[in-house]
Amino acid sequence: MKRIRFVHVALAAIVVALAVPAAGVSKAGALPTSVGKGEGKLTLVAWEGYTEKQWVAPFEKQTGCKVQAKYAGSSNDMFNLMTSGGGSQYDMVSASGDASLRLIYAGAVAEVNVNLIPSYKDFYKAFQSPSNNTVDGKHYGISLQFGPNVLMYNTEAFPKKPTSWGAIYDPKNKGKITIPDNPIQIADAALYLSKTKPALGITDPYELTKAQLAAVVSLLKQQRPLVKKYWGLASDQIDLFKNGGSTIGASWPYQVNTLKAAKVPVASVSPKEGVTGWLDTWMLSSKAKHPNCAYKWMQYITQPKPQAQQAVYFGETPVNKKACKIMDQLAKGSCAQYSANAPESYYRSIKFWKTPIADCGNGKKNCMDLRAWTTAWTQIKG
Amino acid sequence: MATDPALLTEGSPRGGALRSVSRFSWRRPGLKTFGQISAPVAAFVFVYVAALVALLIKGFWTTDSFTGKVVRSWNLDNFRTIADAPYPTIVLRTLGIAAAVTVTCMVLAFPYAYFLVRVASPRLRLVLLVATVLPLWVSYLVRVYSWRLILNPDGALNWVLNGLGLPDLNIAYTNWAMWLVFTYIWFPFMVLPVYAALERIPYSYVEASADLGGRGLTTLRRVILPLAIPGLAAGSIFTFSLTLGDYIAPSLVGGPGSSLIGTVVFDNLGLANNAPFAAAFATVPLAIMAVYLVLMKRLGAFESL
Repeated sequence: MKRIRFVHVALAAIVVALAVPAAGVSKAGALPTSVGKGEGKLTLVAWEGYTEKQWVAPFEKQTGCKVQAKYAGSSNDMFNLMTSGGGSQYDMVSASGDASLRLIYAGAVAEVNVNLIPSYKDFYKAFQSPSNNTVDGKHYGISLQFGPNVLMYNTEAFPKKPTSWGAIYDPKNKGKITIPDNPIQIADAALYLSKTKPALGITDPYELTKAQLAAVVSLLKQQRPLVKKYWGLASDQIDLFKNGGSTIGASWPYQVNTLKAAKVPVASVSPKEGVTGWLDTWMLSSKAKHPNCAYKWMQYITQPKPQAQQAVYFGETPVNKKACKIMDQLAKGSCAQYSANAPESYYRSIKFWKTPIADCGNGKKNCMDLRAWTTAWTQIKG
Repeated sequence: MATDPALLTEGSPRGGALRSVSRFSWRRPGLKTFGQISAPVAAFVFVYVAALVALLIKGFWTTDSFTGKVVRSWNLDNFRTIADAPYPTIVLRTLGIAAAVTVTCMVLAFPYAYFLVRVASPRLRLVLLVATVLPLWVSYLVRVYSWRLILNPDGALNWVLNGLGLPDLNIAYTNWAMWLVFTYIWFPFMVLPVYAALERIPYSYVEASADLGGRGLTTLRRVILPLAIPGLAAGSIFTFSLTLGDYIAPSLVGGPGSSLIGTVVFDNLGLANNAPFAAAFATVPLAIMAVYLVLMKRLGAFESL
């Protein structure tokens, strides 16, 4: 008994020792009310391209917080990095919507006081409290950038602009269709069915009952023989549109712009059924060792300039509406190209990725979770 | 003759610990052997066997599907799930492709290795052997990606076919493409053991066969081929097991309906965060290889490695 107690005492001592440099951001459960002096270091788990020198260097200079970033290859990678080893190794993670809820429920990330982030009030309303990073009015991180999942098509193969997601389920396009290889893709099909088969009663494409998921899976199984390739990397789809014989597919603005730059005749459309999208959030580890630097980072990265720099560099849309002007300064027309100045209703219409969970708010806890989605996806791909 | 005590210790002037260890081990040969092999055995047990055991144990656990944490409650659910669709199809597909790749490699490698051993001049042999292993110096990814360029509808394959007045062959992103790419990538692993096996056959055997009236084909069938079987079996272990575990080629050159065992393991580890099921599923190729190795041992594969 005595030894165990000693271990507890030692652990507590370590925690205290770690917390002392963090004075200024109090960690006793309550939200910090001010940001103290930086700890000189900030460790991040990020998507590749999210910590480029052009916007990280000015931050380091301003705050003295040296940024160390580890790139994650997938949402799951991010989740594992933030939860394994106690999760104290990294201060922040640029989680996408399909991981953020899991991080919140796993207790890996902490609530953030958005009042300490001045640019927050300049966000489009849709990104101030999106359901993939805000639970019960508590903000677990700060929205960063987003992108819609659009329908891309070859303008020579489709002289008439397709207006419905139906095009990627149409046997006429057999062998020309490319689809992302990701279980979250099930949501795209669910969104399509929610409009074309209202009898199924799908209201949220991420909250599917067993019967609804079965209907979606059967649609996607019918789609499989039509699919040229389930692509894993954006570059795969770019290849396939360049010289792989694919003329239509579910895609991101990044591919559309890359292909246009390469003079491939492509265009994209947001079909009438609506689109899904991804939204990334900088989340703060619940065991962050450098919380002051983390808050400084959130303050910095949401400012118009770094927002615009990252948007133009990566090909995504900033959540700060003031970034539009700077985007156009950096690359002419980029603000409109990435719809960074669209009306609020556009952002509201995008169904952003979120982790499918059993407890989906209908009170019955009978929704299919990510595990069921992944199994379904394996079945769909065969 | 009186014994000079100094002579007795000649050649071993030092006493001490080392010498007593040496004396001790000489008296107990069993312990000596143990001492000599214990380090490699320990490395084998701790690094290799322990990793496999950890894998097996994990297969009996489950993960909390939401938090992704491993729940250490013992059950057989993961192993039962393997029998559910679509997993049996995927296992059979993997076996089919592995077998097809192995047979193709054998058919290609045997005449090639025979040519190297019996026909080619020493200089040509060296050049060809280097050319055979040369692709192994290039990254695996580069080799797979280069096949994508070849097989694309606008790629080199159709360019050649059209030049010959033949119609297009669109096999990019199909199981045919996987078969081709695997055959290409694992080919050197088949050639080298077959080459080694053929090289060991003394030429006098061929002469003896001829003396006894065996013509070329008879000699090949009744002398050379039986003696080459250990080499073919050894090569097949490589081609078969490497295909069984691969997940990169299916994701890069495979199409819809090209999931292999490796793909499922990777998806469960990388996307679903379901390590226990991935572990359980990984025992399938392990079991297949155990059976395969026993079969190949009967054919003498291990004498030719």
